[in-house]
Amino acid sequence: MREFKILAIVLFFTAVTYWGVEPYAHSQMHPHVAPADFGFKDIEPLHVNGNVESGKALVEANCIACHSIKSLGLEAPMSFEAAASAYGVVPPDLSHAGVIYDKNYLAGFLKDPVSATKLSHKFGDTKPYAMPSFNYLSEQEIADIVAYLGNIVSTKASNKMVFEEACGRCHSMKYDGFKAQTPASSLKSYLGAEAPDVSMMIRSKKAEYLSTFINEPLKMVEGIAMPRVGLTEASQEQVVAYMESVGDRKKAERESLGLKLIGFMAIFTLIAYLWKVQIWKEVE
Amino acid sequence: MAEIQKSEGFIDWLDQRLAVKAFMRVMMTEYWIPKNINFLWAMGVVLVVLFGVLLVTGLLLLMYYKPDINLAFDSVNYTIMQEVEYGWLWRHMHGVAASATFLIIYIHLFTGIYYGSYKKGREMIWITGMVLFIAFSAEAFSGYMLPWGQMSYWAAQVITNLFSGIPVIGDDVVIWIRGDYVVADATLTRFFMLHVVLLPLVIIVVIAVHFYSLRFPHVNNQESEVFDFEIESEKFLEGRKKESKVVPFWPVFLSKDFFVVGFFMTIFFALVCYQFDFAMDPINFEPANSMKTPAHIYPEWYFLWNYEVLRGFFFDIGGMAAMDIGLIAFVIANIVFMILPFLDRNPMNTGPAHKRPVFKYWFWLLVCDMIVLTVYGKLPPTGVNAWVGFVAAVLFLGLFIALPFITKHEAKGDAQ
Repeated sequence: MREFKILAIVLFFTAVTYWGVEPYAHSQMHPHVAPADFGFKDIEPLHVNGNVESGKALVEANCIACHSIKSLGLEAPMSFEAAASAYGVVPPDLSHAGVIYDKNYLAGFLKDPVSATKLSHKFGDTKPYAMPSFNYLSEQEIADIVAYLGNIVSTKASNKMVFEEACGRCHSMKYDGFKAQTPASSLKSYLGAEAPDVSMMIRSKKAEYLSTFINEPLKMVEGIAMPRVGLTEASQEQVVAYMESVGDRKKAERESLGLKLIGFMAIFTLIAYLWKVQIWKEVE
Repeated sequence: MAEIQKSEGFIDWLDQRLAVKAFMRVMMTEYWIPKNINFLWAMGVVLVVLFGVLLVTGLLLLMYYKPDINLAFDSVNYTIMQEVEYGWLWRHMHGVAASATFLIIYIHLFTGIYYGSYKKGREMIWITGMVLFIAFSAEAFSGYMLPWGQMSYWAAQVITNLFSGIPVIGDDVVIWIRGDYVVADATLTRFFMLHVVLLPLVIIVVIAVHFYSLRFPHVNNQESEVFDFEIESEKFLEGRKKESKVVPFWPVFLSKDFFVVGFFMTIFFALVCYQFDFAMDPINFEPANSMKTPAHIYPEWYFLWNYEVLRGFFFDIGGMAAMDIGLIAFVIANIVFMILPFLDRNPMNTGPAHKRPVFKYWFWLLVCDMIVLTVYGKLPPTGVNAWVGFVAAVLFLGLFIALPFITKHEAKGDAQ
């Protein structure tokens, strides 16, 4: 009985210490923020339905001068290096843009890229954003472009493809052999900051933080240069899943081996207990 | 020279040359341990097992780790964590075992204080134990630098900078320790040497001395009862096992320890596979970046109480700079446990804390204060947190200043 009392005391003080330095301390260091907003409620939703055919014409007239659409065989007019030095950052491929990004976000982005990406602290009249505003187009035309972009491909993008299109212009994934499309030096002069390699981000930031952070970086880090890219919830999950498959690729092995190790030690403990009882019967 | 005869078997052959039978008697079957003990007496063996885990996993990690600031991070996080078969397991076990070692060291230390096992002939056990604590602290600190993550770098920067507080030669000492003006490649390589060669050697030697120092005063028991080990061991050998107050180290004492070790290692593997963030801080999975200071810099949890004593003094007092007061307090905190046997002025009362009228309050106050220091050592030192830290740090020092008076007073009461 005394042993249980002692064990209870030891466990109590250990638990209090653990609670204090882990959950409690982290709640104090990282104050609670609102959960991820995949509705992009600050952007006014589209009021009209888009027309795919007229969208196609608008995209051909306005977008492909800078953007590639590889799924249609439309290559970018410039190399990554040339594009980076011309615009500051490599324009993204649009193959899955209509699917991986939220539709209302895309519409808001076309009208006013700087406020959609929440980068007004970085870009303005003195330092223009690489993507021009298309606010001279009508609501209908914007809806047409969004509708067409969503109609380009029927196949679902793989986790890695979503990452490459949404993040890969700035971020490298060294542990998967992926190098950011924009050279680091161009990016630094364009954004005023380097974009880190994200190979181990899943371990350093953890999935929970990443899901809020990617949704709206500025909410989590004051003055950050990373844009809000407007991924849908499903696409963002794909990005996080890809990050996990690179930075924590042994997770499944770890979680299944854990059960075996615990089971092994539990059996060891049981046998040790029975042996102990037998041995101590002679002396007690 | 001994008379060598034709051996009756392998053991006998060995025994004639190495006296293995006598050795086993002295070390195992006739090494006597009191019977009246509880599971807290198994912490020493748990620590030996953990040290074994650290040694073996450390050797495995050493086969792939690269002590170079350009290669270290990737060798740990890519080569070991992803490429090497079960490399992640060795690393997780190594990291969690390091933290678990400190948890058990603290339990072991508080057990020693509670049961008065640091005095009346047991001073050398206590002092060698505290030397081990310091050696393990250095081992943990040097090891934490090796993955070259953000906290590896910044903790190294902050902690090595503490030595600049030494009067006159401080700045030179910092450069001497770092091997450079800032924490850099030279720093990593020398801490690598310390972590994998010098400190493990020191630890192994001091562990041996720690065990040796147990032989003469013997292991304490739950009631601090004093008895003649000779008489009690003879009773046991005569077969009066139930009557004897002692048991042999092998198999009786160890049979209980194996059970405790098993229980503990079950929890250990759960932590290794499912709950490892407390021991492997996520921020250290970010590569070291000398241009980007982390928002919060803090040491591993087992150094937090110490760190808070340093940081608790956040304002100048009587013309003395806050930093200097903190440093002095920090140095005192690091050595004060070492001299505990001499601060206790009631050396003859070795009873457990619950049988000592004043000391028991002192003990529990110390435990609580160290937990408060640990928690507030991690919290941002702003507003009320800074004051809680200050009060806890003053209380910590105050407890050790008060100890000689409290125990002296207690001794007077005992005498009456």
